[in-house]
Amino acid sequence: MTVLVLLEHDRGELAEAARQALNAARPLAEELGVPVHGVLVGEDAAPLAQTAADFGAEVVHVATHELLSDYGPDAWAETTRQLGDALDADVVLSVGSDRGNEVMAHLAARSGLPFVANCSRIAPNLGPWSITRIQWGGSLLEDVTLAAPRKIVTIAHHAAAATPVHPDCRAVDLRLERFEPELDESVAVTMIRGRDGQRRGSTLSTAPVVIGGGRGVGSADGFSVLEELAELLQGRVGCSRAATNNGWRPHSDQVGQTGTRISPDVYIAAGISGAIQHWVGAMAAKKIVAINTDPDANMVAKADYAVIADLHEVLPAISEEIRRRRDA
Amino acid sequence: MALRILCCVKRVPSPGSRINLTDDGTAVDATHLGFTTSPHEECAVEEAVVLAEHEGGTVTVLTLGPPESVEQLRYAASVGADELVLVATDGAPWDPQRTAAALAEAIKRLETDQETFDLILFGNESADSGGFQVGVRVANALQRPMVNGIKRIELNFDGDGPGSVSARRAVDDGFEVYELPLPAILGVKEGINLPRYPTMRGRLASKKLEISSWEGEAAPGGQALVRLRRPVEQTSTTTILGNSAAAAPAVVDLLEELGVFDR
Repeated sequence: MTVLVLLEHDRGELAEAARQALNAARPLAEELGVPVHGVLVGEDAAPLAQTAADFGAEVVHVATHELLSDYGPDAWAETTRQLGDALDADVVLSVGSDRGNEVMAHLAARSGLPFVANCSRIAPNLGPWSITRIQWGGSLLEDVTLAAPRKIVTIAHHAAAATPVHPDCRAVDLRLERFEPELDESVAVTMIRGRDGQRRGSTLSTAPVVIGGGRGVGSADGFSVLEELAELLQGRVGCSRAATNNGWRPHSDQVGQTGTRISPDVYIAAGISGAIQHWVGAMAAKKIVAINTDPDANMVAKADYAVIADLHEVLPAISEEIRRRRDA
Repeated sequence: MALRILCCVKRVPSPGSRINLTDDGTAVDATHLGFTTSPHEECAVEEAVVLAEHEGGTVTVLTLGPPESVEQLRYAASVGADELVLVATDGAPWDPQRTAAALAEAIKRLETDQETFDLILFGNESADSGGFQVGVRVANALQRPMVNGIKRIELNFDGDGPGSVSARRAVDDGFEVYELPLPAILGVKEGINLPRYPTMRGRLASKKLEISSWEGEAAPGGQALVRLRRPVEQTSTTTILGNSAAAAPAVVDLLEELGVFDR
């Protein structure tokens, strides 16, 4: 009887999602009166066991097998399924990241069990559990009941960082166990075969300043005033779905439910009305400044600050003012 | 050998700035919203049409939902889909297990009449309920490989036709590459392409296309909807910094105060 946490990592580098998952698992395990176990899939993840213990995993299982050389949804799900059976886990939990949701979906399908994705509240009951999960990227909550002998869930992504059990770390004794799943070649079909592409400086999701443009920008060329300000503040340019659909910006610049979630110190949203689709990608920004000609735009209502004027006049004036002060 | 591609799409409300709920709290009130195809799936249809155009083949679009979902099927036909299939429900939302079971049965039925689909495309997740699992469950039921989050697809041909698919998933520092033997299933993400708009000719042709339809049947799964509700909104007051370009100094003061000026 355990809460089993899938500890997400990439080639031995622990994902923030793993710490968040342990953070979410601790109060749940306490309520159930069972321990928190963590599973690291692959030998290359073994060095992460101490961190997992620091964040509250009472036992860390390192799953090793010659087929577990990299990430693959089937390999990870089958490994987790076998360990869940061996431990008679009450709950198998992860964070609702791309990998977290993918592995849990495969695990649930393989187990013939339900899977509830992106939960924000889990209340264990004797009968079916009461769970609240997010829809529409967090704009809507869905209360559900979950009836299953083993609960497979992911926790909705939190913007906040996870905290260790003891601030000084290394305070928790590490209990490490080896787990050798029985795997055949079939699980290797969906494993990563290679990687390409390269890192480009600060990404949109981690940029401290984002200047976003929407329909109000009016054209691809119109984004030059956003580029100028972004360069001055060493930020990145983002956009709404309307801008992408008009072909003004690549999809990689899109902020929103089906684009990138940003969490900058400041988000300047220029000419963006603030539809749900965009808002859920921008809402983790610490401060939002809206620039819009429409005082009733949703983005203006939700922003901390606003300038009610044409972005094509305001943005150049801001850039000019920054240069003036820096030259002074 | 002609390529056969299937796309599974979902009819979802297209919300603006606020989502309203029906009085009983079990659905989104779409009275003033209208409906659309879930965005990732709109891209899946575009990708399928492009692949079929390049390699020669047909695109079938399948949806499970209320009878009104024919609107989304017709739209898919107007941008190039060849065959349309509706698995009808009574309109109440189906849980992911039930949806996947009915879709898997539908695909088996379609493959009895004709050949196996070389490639089946789903959206990464639906825009509304966002369960992140229907495609995976269908793949499991059909015993085919599946990966999600795909932003690039390339078919690899051997002597007899398409033999495998290279699929790329975008991550922070580039792409992960997957190689799946066909038949395979992929979940695609918006950004894989920019979907075309229907032409007048496409719209007219789509109206004439016959839609295969039957009632969906599957047992409910273990996750049951109680109600939907809106989260408590944080009441924020917006400080208006000005009504013209003359607000620029106030904005820069703010940037200094927030510590993002000195870079």
